[in-house]
Amino acid sequence: MAKITFLTSDNETIITEATTGNVMELAVQNKVKGIDGDCGGVCSCATCHVHVEPASWDKVGAPSQLESDMLEFDDNVSEFSRLCCQIDVSDAIDGIVLNVAK
Amino acid sequence: MNKSNFQDPFEKERIEKGFGKMNDQGEEVTMVLGHKDVRRCAHNAKTYQSGAAPGRIVIPSEENIRDIRQIPFEVDPPLHADYRAVLDPWFKRPLEEEYTTKLKNQIQSLVKEVLKRESLDIVSEFALPLQSRALTLLLNTPYSQAETWISWGTHVFRSEGTALDADKANILYDYIDKEIERASAAPTDDLYSVLLASEANGKKLTKKEVKGVIILTFAGGRDTVINAVTNSISYFSEHPESLERLRNEPEILNNTIEELIRYFSPLTQMGRITTEASNVCEHSLKADSKISLCWASANRDANVFENANEIVIDRKINPHVAFGFGTHNCLGATHARQILKILISTLLEEVKSIDIIDYKENIEDLGHFKRKVGFDSLHVKFNY
Ligand code: FES
Repeated sequence: MAKITFLTSDNETIITEATTGNVMELAVQNKVKGIDGDCGGVCSCATCHVHVEPASWDKVGAPSQLESDMLEFDDNVSEFSRLCCQIDVSDAIDGIVLNVAK
Repeated sequence: MNKSNFQDPFEKERIEKGFGKMNDQGEEVTMVLGHKDVRRCAHNAKTYQSGAAPGRIVIPSEENIRDIRQIPFEVDPPLHADYRAVLDPWFKRPLEEEYTTKLKNQIQSLVKEVLKRESLDIVSEFALPLQSRALTLLLNTPYSQAETWISWGTHVFRSEGTALDADKANILYDYIDKEIERASAAPTDDLYSVLLASEANGKKLTKKEVKGVIILTFAGGRDTVINAVTNSISYFSEHPESLERLRNEPEILNNTIEELIRYFSPLTQMGRITTEASNVCEHSLKADSKISLCWASANRDANVFENANEIVIDRKINPHVAFGFGTHNCLGATHARQILKILISTLLEEVKSIDIIDYKENIEDLGHFKRKVGFDSLHVKFNY
């Protein structure tokens, strides 16, 4: 079981728990504002953009080449950007904190 | 087994130069072909603008038949953002259960209707009514309106060849004017009324602006949805094994939908106008030249997609740009995705296999590029 915390741009904190799936699905199930997941998780829509809390970065890890290519032309990209449909839920990411991008 | 094969006519020039050229009614268009270059130009709205003369960024250009600006499509940032903010919630309604249920009812009853037929033309007798009926949900107007739209035929704007037919466009524009007057006299909860009561950038939307949004909604979602539906049916008729696989692995349905959209890219390209001298793929452009963002070419870029010319129904990472990219990405994408999802789910339940009896391809004539974008007709028989 992994605990994952989302901080939205309206300063809402949403704490979720899951064992399987990806982080975008988890956010959509929990109605996290700002995560739409339009493409259903195939890395095409960028509506699942999050900024990983620096302290959580090592657990989450860097994006793949294709994912960072998609992020490259996003206005709000940061060095901690990820498309969270590309982050699988597992014990390895227990405790991470994600800031939902505007 | 090749009717659902859609060749990529851009490959050679994409690899060799990264751009192509075509002529659109006398204006030269530099077509940007690579995935990364397409995204880069789409992202750079300052240099490659949408807010040129109304109709100019569309290919073939509609400059001669339209003086109303389509909104938010032909508006640049920063004004664009506020229009888009007004529209986004409305165009996300297809995610709501009530909407999905109605769409499901529409599609299921259409499929049941056509199952009884010996054979039928998917374009005019299936995709067109499906698209028109579904549009009543998107606009939230009475179901009976669909009959009017169906009677217009498959191409509201397009007549034979590449030239545009002003008379046909006027049918749509006059219809929309009447609808706006009706909604303004007696508002309902349809899109016309909601827009007339909305504000963007600090002022109420004018009737002209409302008209611009509605034209976009009609025009943007007509040929594209019809092609997506028809082409998907051609694919499943030649690939019964994919229907079988989806029955056994329903969890890959979303991947399949995105993959069909990538492969078929129902909208080939969209133009932009340079606001200053610039460079695309080491090719220099003067200010006020026209480029196109060629989504169909980008979606076959082998640097991004393995086996780009094949439909891989469980493709996991699929950063396609079939709905555009960035600021102006497709407003109707949620609606379109829901249509395909419900359509394919219904086929899985109701149909065993599909036989193609006869067909006529719809080939776009883009200078020396010829691109199959869909079918003029596709006669099939459904087996159940
Ligand atoms: S859900 Fe579309 S890119 Fe992540």
